[in-house]
Amino acid sequence: MSLIDLANPTRFLALSARVLPWLAAATIILLTIGLYQSAYAPDDYQQGATVKIMFIHVPNAWLSMFVWGVMSVASLGTLVWRHPLADVAAKAAAPIGASFTFLALLTGSLWGRPMWGTYWEWDARLTSVLILFLMYLGLMALWRAVEDPSRAARAAAVLTLVGALNLPIIKFSVDWWNTLHQPASVMRMGGSSLDKAFLIPLLVMAVAFTLLFITLHLAAMRNEILRRRVRSLQMMQAGQKAA
Amino acid sequence: MMSLGPYASFIAASYAAVAIVVAILIGWIIVDYRNQTQRLRELDRSGVTRRSGRSAVDTP
Amino acid sequence: MTALSALIRRDLRIALRVGGGALIGVLFFLTVVVLMPFAVGPDLALLSRLGPAILWLGALLASLLTLDRLFMADHEDGSLDLITMSRTPLELACAAKALAHWLAAGLPLIVATPVLGLLLNLDMVATGAVALTLLAGTPALTFTGMIGAALAVTLHRGGLLMAVLVLPLSIPVLIFGVAASQAAITGPLSFGAPFSILCALSLVSLVIGPFAAAASLKHGLD
Repeated sequence: MSLIDLANPTRFLALSARVLPWLAAATIILLTIGLYQSAYAPDDYQQGATVKIMFIHVPNAWLSMFVWGVMSVASLGTLVWRHPLADVAAKAAAPIGASFTFLALLTGSLWGRPMWGTYWEWDARLTSVLILFLMYLGLMALWRAVEDPSRAARAAAVLTLVGALNLPIIKFSVDWWNTLHQPASVMRMGGSSLDKAFLIPLLVMAVAFTLLFITLHLAAMRNEILRRRVRSLQMMQAGQKAA
Repeated sequence: MMSLGPYASFIAASYAAVAIVVAILIGWIIVDYRNQTQRLRELDRSGVTRRSGRSAVDTP
Repeated sequence: MTALSALIRRDLRIALRVGGGALIGVLFFLTVVVLMPFAVGPDLALLSRLGPAILWLGALLASLLTLDRLFMADHEDGSLDLITMSRTPLELACAAKALAHWLAAGLPLIVATPVLGLLLNLDMVATGAVALTLLAGTPALTFTGMIGAALAVTLHRGGLLMAVLVLPLSIPVLIFGVAASQAAITGPLSFGAPFSILCALSLVSLVIGPFAAAASLKHGLD
């Protein structure tokens, strides 16, 4: 089944309905394995048991960027190839990505509190995630500010791509800024190289969360397609009444 | 279970936060799905037809 | 080429008129800088330490607010449609408008910097450094902000949403602008490194800005 077949919303609905239960099952299995491994992972000699927060912080941080990447590809689909489902994919992904970004910030803050003593530290990585969160919120506001879905999609697509181009620049700048204003004691989040005892649970959780995103995203895309159907039917109904 | 050390509340809070937010996402998606299919059924009943003539409620 | 220079001259003339927004930008810059001591306290030592940051923030906010009208005014009187339909590529037209805007609104901010530096107890070296970094950085602010202005045309309600969209993109310029100024004042770190990155950011925005703005206009107006 080629990409162009997926362009038909009805066929997409049929396909996603079949795939969704399997994805959900795989997600649950992997999350269970990951949680079990995280629970029984050893303590870090520096951080103690709080290293367990890393197993949920890092996947969320990775997803916050991955989802922007997915939205960027969808935006290319909208602007360059005018793929019909690209708009749907981009709009559905935004709130999910924003949630993961928020969780990355929250878990990062809770992870940092035992180490830094404060709930917030202008650490380079946390600050970049904060800026990314602002960008997600701005994007979601843009989606809702335009009435017509396809015009909103194109404006959002431009903003998403501009954001994608800027993300490496922002990360680089924030890293630079952070080294300038280096606080007295610095605890680097996550450490430079991870022992296998930590790496395996982390990878399992990362894959599990990615599957979680894909499941949620497909489900949200279905809802968005239905929402558009409702809208066009309502407009037809209004037209029929007027006639 | 295992000893979570002196900062157990932070660890628990983090995992709880993730669980809550994911639950909210799942809940929102399910509620939204029900809303949309409900509205489609109402529109179908009131006789509005799609351009293709197919039923709007053919959500499998 | 004459089409573009005509566009630039037209924009300049409109901007420099009384309601045009060029001089209002400087006035806003002045207002923001004057507000700071009320919030921070009149301690001159503190103000001179914060000086480059205050000046940069003021210039950032001032350029953001004047950019709001970059495309809006043309959209309202219909000239934006003419511009998009003309034979000159829309990207170049956007670049020309941004250039005109920078000349009319950005340059006055730079000219105003020495005077405002006095209010913040900055010495000659500091003020000169800030002015130089503003000279290198305000084009980036203008050309990046233009993207938000183009998106705002699609929205009809632009304003604050545009600012929210553009500000994260302006953060790198702010970081390096202030860093370069501080480096010139306090000394140990080199001025060259952040300054050249600042120039690079401006050059990159000179390319990305017009393309993104043109794309927004093309997709948003039909």
